Amino acid sequence: MKNYLFVLRKPAHNGALVQEMLDIILTTAAFDQKVSILLLDDGVFQLKNDQHPENAGMKDTAAIFKALEIYDVNNIYTEVESLQERGLKSGDLCLPVQTFYRKDIAGLMKRFDVVFAG
Amino acid sequence: MKFAIQVNTSPYQSNAGHTAYQFINAALAQGHQVFRVFFYHDGVYHAFKYATPPDDELQFTVQWSELARRYQVDLVVCISAAQRRGLLCSDEAKRQGKQDDDLADGFRISGLGQLVEATLEADRFIVFG
Repeated sequence: MKNYLFVLRKPAHNGALVQEMLDIILTTAAFDQKVSILLLDDGVFQLKNDQHPENAGMKDTAAIFKALEIYDVNNIYTEVESLQERGLKSGDLCLPVQTFYRKDIAGLMKRFDVVFAG
Repeated sequence: MKFAIQVNTSPYQSNAGHTAYQFINAALAQGHQVFRVFFYHDGVYHAFKYATPPDDELQFTVQWSELARRYQVDLVVCISAAQRRGLLCSDEAKRQGKQDDDLADGFRISGLGQLVEATLEADRFIVFG
């Protein structure tokens, strides 16, 4: 068993990227591995509440993330500066997140066996 | 050291796939092992058999096929990413009532479980693109 950190840095509605990353995350969790997620940069938009992408024929990425709880993926981290730079607060996100300052992100990553860039 | 590699970008979107190819060659030349190369997202475009670039350009797909033949490197294309993008091997095409046979020599199509297994088996997992 390994300890995985999935680092998501791209915005929602960026082709199939979010959907395909969630497929990997859910598969890894289904293999009984320990899975955590870190949202950096525009990745914070993936969890934003009140998306209405169905108007553009796309899926609400925040809604897909809620499936993570079923797989016991409860450790979701984000960065204080990434939220601030985009005018977001952790309350704007659809799941509870733990926030870290940018200076502490490297230390967080060191706690994992596999850091998975997405 | 045992490496697992993931390639996420298409040959003409980015150099990342070619960088992965060069990294793998260098690693093998130094006696390291490459447990598996997993093609995901637009990385599946490396596996299209009928890609036909001009003769004086890099032949990405041919290079991967030769790498697989020479070193028995396991080249795996994600089935769901491939099907989204119209890459079907003959078996899968038949199952879907289609006639494609797009997968180049040396590649095989499988599921995301193969990626998770590779990350578990390898000492180092590196994502390109």
